[in-house]
Amino acid sequence: MKLLKLVLRNSFRHRLRTSLTILGLALAVVAFGLIQTFIAAWYSQAAAAAPDRLVTRHAASIVFTLPLSYKEQLLKIDGVEQVTYGNWFGGVYVDPQNFFPQFAIDATTYFEIYPEFIVEPDQYEAFLGERRAALVGRALADRFGWKVGDMITLIGTIYPGDWDFVIRGIYTGKEEITDEGTFYFHWEYVDEAMKQQMPGRAGQIGWFVLQIDNPDRAAAISTAVDERFSNSWAETLTETEEAFTLSFIQFAAAIIAGLRVVSVLIVGVILLVLANTMVMTARERISEYAFMKTLGFRSYHLIGLILGESFFISFVGGIVGIGLLALVARLVAAALSNYLYGFAVPQSTYFHALAVAFVVGLAAAIFPIQRAIRIRIVEGLRVVD
Amino acid sequence: MPEPIVQVENVSKSYYRDSLEIPVLHDISLEIPRAEFLALMGPSGSGKTTLLNLLAGIDQPTSGHLLVAGKDIASLSDGDLAKWRSENIGMVFQFYNLMPVLTAYENVELPLLLTKLSRKERRKHVETALSIVGLADRMKHYPRQLSGGQEQRVAIARAVVSDPTLVLADEPTGDLDRKSTDEIMSMLSRLNSEFGKTIIMVTHDPRAAKAAHIVRHLDKGELS
Repeated sequence: MKLLKLVLRNSFRHRLRTSLTILGLALAVVAFGLIQTFIAAWYSQAAAAAPDRLVTRHAASIVFTLPLSYKEQLLKIDGVEQVTYGNWFGGVYVDPQNFFPQFAIDATTYFEIYPEFIVEPDQYEAFLGERRAALVGRALADRFGWKVGDMITLIGTIYPGDWDFVIRGIYTGKEEITDEGTFYFHWEYVDEAMKQQMPGRAGQIGWFVLQIDNPDRAAAISTAVDERFSNSWAETLTETEEAFTLSFIQFAAAIIAGLRVVSVLIVGVILLVLANTMVMTARERISEYAFMKTLGFRSYHLIGLILGESFFISFVGGIVGIGLLALVARLVAAALSNYLYGFAVPQSTYFHALAVAFVVGLAAAIFPIQRAIRIRIVEGLRVVD
Repeated sequence: MPEPIVQVENVSKSYYRDSLEIPVLHDISLEIPRAEFLALMGPSGSGKTTLLNLLAGIDQPTSGHLLVAGKDIASLSDGDLAKWRSENIGMVFQFYNLMPVLTAYENVELPLLLTKLSRKERRKHVETALSIVGLADRMKHYPRQLSGGQEQRVAIARAVVSDPTLVLADEPTGDLDRKSTDEIMSMLSRLNSEFGKTIIMVTHDPRAAKAAHIVRHLDKGELS
């Protein structure tokens, strides 16, 4: 503690160099944190998946539909408590760039299985009572300035024609990672149109969602479901909701792996930036370390001085970086809100950044400490006469 | 003759560059009485700083014995030697060796951080030491705000603040002008005469050596 003053004064002996080092560390922490946040956001939907929900889709591909008639058979399978279903709509709102997911769902059962979507009871009643009604997420409503009662028209791509909707409710997410960017409406609305225009496409859904009684039996129930429909004209593939979600995002696995490598490299860059500063510091102060040894200071005093300075710089860099990260993440979240929901820095990322600062502070001090300890006093003082 | 505080017995010192032996001191024997002021003179490379370093316990002899206040410092471990230096040695260097980030007060306080003295006690010691060297009004000044002579006076205050057995000075006036040299020599003389400090000073300046009571010459590693 007595030497703390010397640690602090030494840290700012070269103010420009220390400031640039801290800035370099801070920017590296921001880059590291943004990458970690992006990866976390990418997998947030999978993280939001409930363990007691299974998804059953066509065994060949999600693009093929299943007959609605499967629902009654699914309900008879042991362990299945509730079944709902949905379909991808793929409509365009005004401009193709205004992309957002739209799901045609079984309005009466869907929100029973997804309790994480919170909607006012009167709005939910209004949604149930009207065939053209839509329920939209808060983030989506905010994005387009929608409010309850607004009329929306989507131009169908998979289902041709103009589709009119009236917003009857706005839902919010129970958890921070719950999606608030989706547009839900009645599957019957689409199905009735199909019956009239394309009877061959009527009575078809994209996937079933099964609520099961025991998550530990997910594998057994999945097998039972798929065996039930084996050798039928539409065989099924049943998996946990998490696996189902991951199957959509796994196409980017190589990019994510690349980003993970980059984040490790950033840690390396942080280390080199600080190590460079500390090595220069040690070289410049060798005579001071030798002199301190002359006074009777021991190796552990020098270790404390060097380590203290290294930790101080790395932690200040880490703290500044974390502050900047929180700020930059908000800006990035706003910029990416149309494409990537849930871009918020996880708390774990802050801890990781601090842990990285600690490890870097420690590692960067090793070489200077070695040098300071090993130097002989007379060599350090350069007084051999 | 008063009891010797320093006894150098048949000390030799060689350095090694790769396998090449470079002898610096040859079979030196010397006794320095307590409260004496001795000047070691000699040309560059004569081994005077090496002898001073041996007496300071910052280098080890190749052979022989070095007794300071009866203790053979050549036999001490590195850790014990560090502790011994902190309690017995005060050093003054040609280029002052002050910490540029610390004030005059903090520089003088540095050796006391190794003691168990309280902050209040340290303050008393530091103020006394700075008063002795006439810098009580410069306590808050950083080295860059002081002249060379003042810096060396701070270094002297630092050397005596822990009341060491020996004050060792290596060319203390080598970087100073004549006026400052006189001030520093007067300061060292006062420490010797008024406070009874045993001082061993390396110098090649005959004017500075005049302040010493004993002058010994080293040439090619041999004492004359």
